Amino acid sequence: MTDTMTDKASPLFLERRSYRQRRLMDAARLLPVLAALLWLVPLLWPRSAAQAEAAGAATVTSSSAILYIFGVWTLLAVIAFVLSLTMDIKPDTPTDRGL
Amino acid sequence: MATLNILIAVCLTYVALLFAVAFMAERAALQGRGNWLRSPWIYTLSLSVYCTAWTFYGAVGYAARSGLEYVTIYLGPSLVMVGWWWALRKMVRIGRTQRITSVADLISSRYGKSGLLAVCVTLLAVIGITPYISLQLQSVTLSFSSFATSDPGGIALMESHDTALWVAIGLALFTILFGTRNLDANERHHGVVMAIAVEAVVKLCALIAVGVFVVWGVAGGIGPMMERIDASEIGTWQMDGGRWVGLTFLSAAAFLTLPRMFQVLVVENEDERHLRTAAWAFPTYLMLMSLFVVPIAVVGLDLMPAGSNPDQFVLTVPLTQGQEGLAMLSFLGGFSSATSMVIVAAIALSTMVSNHIVMPIFLRLTQGGAGGPSDVRHVVIMARRLSIGLVLALGYLYYKISGGGTALAAIGLVSFAGLAQLLPAMMGGIFWRGATRNGAFAGLVVGFVLWTYCLLLPQFGNGLPPSVLEQGPWGIGWLRPQALFGIEGVDPLLHAVMWSLSLNTAFFILVSLVSFPSPLERLQGAQFVNIFERSGNPQSWKGGIAQSEDLMIMAQRILGPAEVQAFFQSEAARQGLAGFLPEPSPDFLARLERELSGAVGGATAHAMVAQIMGAASVSVEDLLAVADETAQMMEYSSQLEAKSNELTRTARQLRAANDKLTQLSVQKDAFLSQISHELRTPMTSIRAFSEILRDAEGLKPEDLTRYASIIHAEAIRLTRLLDDLLDLSVLENGQVSLNLRDGRLSDVIAHAIAAAGSDMHPLRVRRVGPAEGIFLTTDLDRLAQVFINLIANAQKYCDAPRPELTIAVTRREGRILVDFIDNGAGIPPESQGMIFEKFYRISDRQAGGAGLGLAICREIMDRLGGTLGYLPGQGGAAFRVSLPVAQRMAAQ
Repeated sequence: MTDTMTDKASPLFLERRSYRQRRLMDAARLLPVLAALLWLVPLLWPRSAAQAEAAGAATVTSSSAILYIFGVWTLLAVIAFVLSLTMDIKPDTPTDRGL
Repeated sequence: MATLNILIAVCLTYVALLFAVAFMAERAALQGRGNWLRSPWIYTLSLSVYCTAWTFYGAVGYAARSGLEYVTIYLGPSLVMVGWWWALRKMVRIGRTQRITSVADLISSRYGKSGLLAVCVTLLAVIGITPYISLQLQSVTLSFSSFATSDPGGIALMESHDTALWVAIGLALFTILFGTRNLDANERHHGVVMAIAVEAVVKLCALIAVGVFVVWGVAGGIGPMMERIDASEIGTWQMDGGRWVGLTFLSAAAFLTLPRMFQVLVVENEDERHLRTAAWAFPTYLMLMSLFVVPIAVVGLDLMPAGSNPDQFVLTVPLTQGQEGLAMLSFLGGFSSATSMVIVAAIALSTMVSNHIVMPIFLRLTQGGAGGPSDVRHVVIMARRLSIGLVLALGYLYYKISGGGTALAAIGLVSFAGLAQLLPAMMGGIFWRGATRNGAFAGLVVGFVLWTYCLLLPQFGNGLPPSVLEQGPWGIGWLRPQALFGIEGVDPLLHAVMWSLSLNTAFFILVSLVSFPSPLERLQGAQFVNIFERSGNPQSWKGGIAQSEDLMIMAQRILGPAEVQAFFQSEAARQGLAGFLPEPSPDFLARLERELSGAVGGATAHAMVAQIMGAASVSVEDLLAVADETAQMMEYSSQLEAKSNELTRTARQLRAANDKLTQLSVQKDAFLSQISHELRTPMTSIRAFSEILRDAEGLKPEDLTRYASIIHAEAIRLTRLLDDLLDLSVLENGQVSLNLRDGRLSDVIAHAIAAAGSDMHPLRVRRVGPAEGIFLTTDLDRLAQVFINLIANAQKYCDAPRPELTIAVTRREGRILVDFIDNGAGIPPESQGMIFEKFYRISDRQAGGAGLGLAICREIMDRLGGTLGYLPGQGGAAFRVSLPVAQRMAAQ
């Protein structure tokens, strides 16, 4: 208990490297939000021919829906991959303090 | 007939391969060669137990019926995985630091190690998962029959054998073999995880192979395939928005709460950093799993006759195209999906059932750990094995009773919805300090009741009478199970999920807000929520009265003697004490409890320690640490605490040193009076008798002989005493020269037993241990001298009515351990530190020697590079002789 509780009050400024790490963590936190938003887009597509006509648009074909959904999926995996390469987490240091 | 026979042969070969893989992984892990077992790739692949037979076969069927809706089942987990920084990282950290063994353990530990909550979660999981297991059995049976129908004579074979039963028995066997091999303190199963990883590769390859065949072999490329998709009956986007969002959410929730997912995600996790790889690799895996689902479904709809089961397209499409090899691979893929799910689910459920239902009952019946039968470990492992059998038997029974009809196909989502009821208690538990046990309980019960009433019972036809479905119970319209509170026209699944989860959450929050948690709950809550800030221990035990020896005896029964002795020794060393018995400080007790909970779960471990320690108490400092959050306060107090810890440690060492000095001084006085007494007694008689010989006249010859022999005997006694003293001083000054020779340990022991005159003495000597045949290069005579002394001590001091001495030889971590354990009263704790001092004698009865024997033995062992120590908690006096391995290696 002693060594984990001796943290000093969070410093105001961090080194450049630690600062970059913090921002990468932010990115990792935001990634699922981005993914959820992108996957919510299909809700805007017209669901039937009648709806499509009323909106003056064509119905969305399954093939384009597949391209969109799987495209987002691939993009997501790629971003997560890049993040995982650049981010180094140390399992036993408190990382949630400071900015 | 031929194909079916080949299929069965392939299937059995595959199972044998899995056994071999699991066996090899276990061996590699045991021998410490298992570094590759801990790679992030194995971890990622093991997560694929999410993809069961329901997704392998069912996804295509799902797509054939409702288009792209099936991807929601994979989108949810992808979101969770990509968002690992939010929830998963925290769960894994908590799981590792708190030694969580199951999802029930997580929830019960968070809410004050509540046994009631653990039982609730376990029951919910068993009810939710059993139908899911029977679904897997059904899918294997169905895929067999898909082959059988294309094969004359196969149907007869199918009917004469109960495939589901054989599959269930085989799976139970595998799970028991590799899932309950050891009661590991951290509950990891390398063999199982490795087998699951292999199965993950097989099912992915199988699905992709069928997909590639369909796209390039049947449709003729990507372009034509896309046209074919758009031309099919699922060619346009017809998704219900509510279901799209609802199912994605549901699958994400289930990914976190399903017991099997918790097992692979948290319990089997080796390293937190594996999550980083899994964060992108697992979504990629899921993407690949679902990539070819629509093409297979569309081609299946085109090629297969109307009315054929779309759930079997993955198999039947290659079969109708004459691709038997591909169909076989696809069958193996489905088989892998089903078996891996059943194996992991059975392990997860059996851990929960044995830790939270069987063990508490057992402990209550036997009145606890300290007084129960000698080895609780066997009971725990037996309970696990029985639970695995029970879970699979339940799955099989359910399959038989439900008739294996189409009703089962819907169970996947129903099961997800049931387990998702754990989500509020779980997430609330790790993110909200204010969540209480009562709140979690209320939420769970409400969610469970609504799920049963709105989803489970209506789904399975005869669960509710039709009148209740249409008019509500007792004609109360707003209580209709599929239109609660008069809201009609919602999809039944969504309706049930929405009501059960929202009311679950509402009750959870509301009851949490108005109830007041117990101190232990608040402590655990702070631990869980602030896991990254302080990973310290919940200090819930107040030490002092407890007997470390009792704790040791109890722990040995659960964790095994070797681990416990090592653990107690390191704890004692941490406190600055030598030997095996640390002081029962709160720190030590918390760590011990955590070790135990790795084996039997948090609530049970807490109860077991409580039985020895009396009631648990939370100290004022702990509460202050929870209640007071201001940073300066924390820093200040922590600095003070560090100082005071330091001081406490020093004081403890000083006190021990002082005690020893005092005792030594007493001993020194005793030594002087002892030595003068010892020297004086023979001197006196020698003087008296020699005076008689000199002065008296006319002595008879026999008197002369008698007096002379008395003088002789007394002189011998004096010489022996002086020899011992000389021996000791030579040993202590390090002037002794060792006579190194090769010899077998068993010979040395046999020689010692003979030399101690065991044949004449009532003490029975029992020798155990296969390690006796080791060759040694050491001073064999000196070693034998030590053994003779220990045996002679047992002969002298063992006070049992039928005295017995056990000599046990073991090899551990490069050392040879020879334990001498008798069945007498043992050595009282206050004397244990002193028995190796010169002239120390426990009592004055039977003053057989001058009290130099053990001191000499310890010196000898020091010279030989080994140690001699007292081993407490063995049911009698027990001494451990330990020799380093270097001397053994030299002989080989």
